[in-house]
Amino acid sequence: MSTAAAPIGTPKTGTNPISPRLAGANPGDTGPAGTPRATPTPKTSTAWAHARYVLGENPVTLIAALLFAAYAAMALLGSAIAPFDPLASDTARALQAPTWRHLFGTDQLGRDILSRVIVAARVDIGIALASVALVFAAGGLAGLAAGFFGGWVDAVVGRIADTIMAFPLFILAMGIVAALGNTIPNIVLATAIVNFPLYARVARAETLTRRDAGFVDAARLSGHRDGALLLTQVLPNIMPIMVVQMSLTMGYAILNAAGLSFIGLGVRPPTAEWGIMVAEGASFIVSGEWWIALFPGATLMLAVFCFNLLGDGLRDIVDPRRRT
Amino acid sequence: MMLASHAVPAATPAPVLRVENLSVAFHTRGGLVRALDRVGFSVGAGQTMALVGESGSGKSVTAYAIMGLLEAAGRITGGRALLGDTDLVATPPKELARIRGRRVAMIFQNPRAALNPIRTVGKQIADVLLRHGGATRANAWDRAIEALRNVGIPDPARRAKAYPFELSGGMCQRVMIAIAVAARPELLIADEPTTGLDVTTQAVVMDLIQQMAAETGMATILITHDLALAAERAGRIAVMHAGHMVEDADTASLLSRPSHPYTARLIAATPTAAGSLDSLSSVPGGLPDLRRADIPHCRYAARCERRTDACDQIVEMRAHTPGHGVACWNPLTPMGQPAEGAPA
Amino acid sequence: MRAVLFRLAGAIPTLCGVVLVTFLLTRVLPGDTATYFAGPTASAESIAQIKASLGLDLPLPVQFWRYIVALGHGDLGMSLTTGQPVRTEIVNRLPASAELTLCALILAIGIAVPLGVLAAVRQGSIVDHICRVVATAGVSLPVFFTGLLLVYVFYFLLGWMPAPLGRLDAFATPPPGKTGFFLIDTLLAGDTETFRAALSQIVLPACTLALFALAPIARITRASMLAVLGSEFVRTARASGLSGPTVVLTYALRNALLPVVTVLGMVFSFLLGANVLVEKVFAWPGIGSYAVEALIASDYAPVQGFVLTMAILYVLLNLGIDLLNRAIDPRARRSA
Repeated sequence: MSTAAAPIGTPKTGTNPISPRLAGANPGDTGPAGTPRATPTPKTSTAWAHARYVLGENPVTLIAALLFAAYAAMALLGSAIAPFDPLASDTARALQAPTWRHLFGTDQLGRDILSRVIVAARVDIGIALASVALVFAAGGLAGLAAGFFGGWVDAVVGRIADTIMAFPLFILAMGIVAALGNTIPNIVLATAIVNFPLYARVARAETLTRRDAGFVDAARLSGHRDGALLLTQVLPNIMPIMVVQMSLTMGYAILNAAGLSFIGLGVRPPTAEWGIMVAEGASFIVSGEWWIALFPGATLMLAVFCFNLLGDGLRDIVDPRRRT
Repeated sequence: MMLASHAVPAATPAPVLRVENLSVAFHTRGGLVRALDRVGFSVGAGQTMALVGESGSGKSVTAYAIMGLLEAAGRITGGRALLGDTDLVATPPKELARIRGRRVAMIFQNPRAALNPIRTVGKQIADVLLRHGGATRANAWDRAIEALRNVGIPDPARRAKAYPFELSGGMCQRVMIAIAVAARPELLIADEPTTGLDVTTQAVVMDLIQQMAAETGMATILITHDLALAAERAGRIAVMHAGHMVEDADTASLLSRPSHPYTARLIAATPTAAGSLDSLSSVPGGLPDLRRADIPHCRYAARCERRTDACDQIVEMRAHTPGHGVACWNPLTPMGQPAEGAPA
Repeated sequence: MRAVLFRLAGAIPTLCGVVLVTFLLTRVLPGDTATYFAGPTASAESIAQIKASLGLDLPLPVQFWRYIVALGHGDLGMSLTTGQPVRTEIVNRLPASAELTLCALILAIGIAVPLGVLAAVRQGSIVDHICRVVATAGVSLPVFFTGLLLVYVFYFLLGWMPAPLGRLDAFATPPPGKTGFFLIDTLLAGDTETFRAALSQIVLPACTLALFALAPIARITRASMLAVLGSEFVRTARASGLSGPTVVLTYALRNALLPVVTVLGMVFSFLLGANVLVEKVFAWPGIGSYAVEALIASDYAPVQGFVLTMAILYVLLNLGIDLLNRAIDPRARRSA
């Protein structure tokens, strides 16, 4: 949702004078030999200086990076760092408020909430990551093709994107999961589909500004075919913006997946997942057992917050022009 | 002898605007930019004075400082700007807002962007008339139409209902002029008023400004990078370079006997109808970095072929001949009188 | 008026796309309606029979045609669980959802726009920092979670608000329906007591939704206000000595609202989605909770009806936004 700066409804058009420079400055982007690229070395240091400046100016981004490391650890290590078995119920210990033994308390079945919150990280972040990776590939390539070839390819991609955009996104995701079947892969797919227009449009706009850049013409004149041109010349240059896009949509993808599980779609009990845990805790809120919903909810919120801050920070580094 | 930092007043009546030692600094990420340093000049009723210099020389900053319209990062660090008896620098913002538009007005380059895109031009004029011109809600619209007629807009009743995007650039600049002169100000600052307009429109707009000035006796400051335009339209020209005033003289004197090396370079860089393009030369070098703590006292020194050791000392505007001031230790033409207190 | 019709015509392809997608979601994809209808013990024969009776054995284009014809009659199918026509249920429940969403939107705009304006006018001030925190934090809030938090604090701890059990408590009688909006109907009936009851029920869910919608509006207001305040025509207005309020409100704000209005489209998209979650948390009897209940019971006709209704509503809302834009911006008006 931190796409507020680049509203989904308004495709980013116009030229992007800054990205080419940074594309050249991106250490991961080694352009093909022969690409005219003026003095890369000082520009790399400029990008680093700018990154340092952004981090120094905005310590929040640093905090977000640390938070991100914590979530990554939770997702990677999972049950290895969980103090209890997340599925082991113990009715004698049901509904206990937080204690030193159970830092986040226990739920209605006596399961340790802290352990469940930790283990759930892999499920939630995994779903989000898979859907973002999927839409990054599909939307990115579609946008690339639309921008590069124009014509009917552009028309078809644009029409698909428009049709998806005509739905309220969460509701479309609901409809897709309902139709395809209530499984985790379908949650991933639905989340990817609703993000498709955003990726396709960003990739298209970026490609359009690159297509007419001199170095693409140079490569074309030297006899490269279109497909090769697309993959070797244009794709590497739109990567930075697309990566920013990914981190900006990760937060939304997590929210989307958790929201779907909250209403009973996708992940099912007893699997530990933040949205379900909040849903399970919902009925206890009115009787005062706040911890069941609070801890998974807060963990979810913080995760989304962290990804949004990280995305904003990354965008400031890659594309300072769009700071708000 | 004049040691004051501002130009020698020629035999003029009490000036409409007298600027003395005006200094402005901007706080930026890279440090403090001393954009204006002890700038001084004056302009009398009915006169047109041109502020000339390349981009970044501080012409517009001077105008914005006088108007109290500097952006948040900019601060006036010293000096006065006397409009009659009122020191605009010392006037609190609220009072200054009442002076702006009423006693001193300004027009800008790119007139279409300078007008509110979603408000009819008639309403925009009426806004100013209501604020300053003593108009009432009942007659503001009619007076706005009248103002449009005065700046030579045909069919003003219809045009008053137009939005800026529906008018040509020249028309928009006429509207800007109508807004500016609505309250009959004493001073009009025209910041590059013809930039971006086509050549015939340029002349029309300048004629209109001068006609308005003549009718109301208002003083005009014409800010331009175009020395030819200044020569044609202004009675007096002040040349600015990197936030310094380097030469200030009546137009004929400045053009025939430029004294500062920079002025001479500017003249050589200005195309004339008679001269061939080959004879044009550019001004070598660029403006100095105004963020540096050790800006040379003569900010032109680094670009100057007449530079000597004396140039490291503080250089003040001195009267070269009566009415012709120059800030240079090695002027192109010998000084009429040696300045007092100047090192030998 | 002609521009409105023109714009309406422009929305028709989008509507067709929406109908087609909704149809495809029901027919092509594997969720097999006939098997569900027949029940787990049904033989292949009876499934085929049901398929035939539902017209599911016909070629797709024919099915699509029938679907369109049915839609033309306002027929969205029957709900299996309630036995009611989907259309009736949706029409009955729509006012509840609309009332909630509109209250939230009004609340969000009422807070976010002044906040964004103040943040831009006083850049770097406390208000500005608050605005930036709200903008980033607000978009990170899972609505179902903030809703529960508000319930815990304002119902359980403080006792200021009633239990999250719908639009009115069980003992109150709903007002005679004219608009279906309880807040309006109670006032029309002069029933201040029920009005107060309805108001206290709607406060928390509306605040939950508003908190969510606030962030993008505040963010875009601040950004566009900053851009406009730095623009040349605002400089002209200042140079003309116009008063502070005139410059900020008449000159800057009206221009700054153009991007805000555009962003409302996205806000609606999120708001309508979040509405589903909030209705579930607060047991709000709107179309969102209807769809969720049906979804859990694998009763697909209401879900499809719901998706289609929401999509059509959303298309219409975007149309409204377009017309609003046209009303503010003369350039959009004249270029049509």
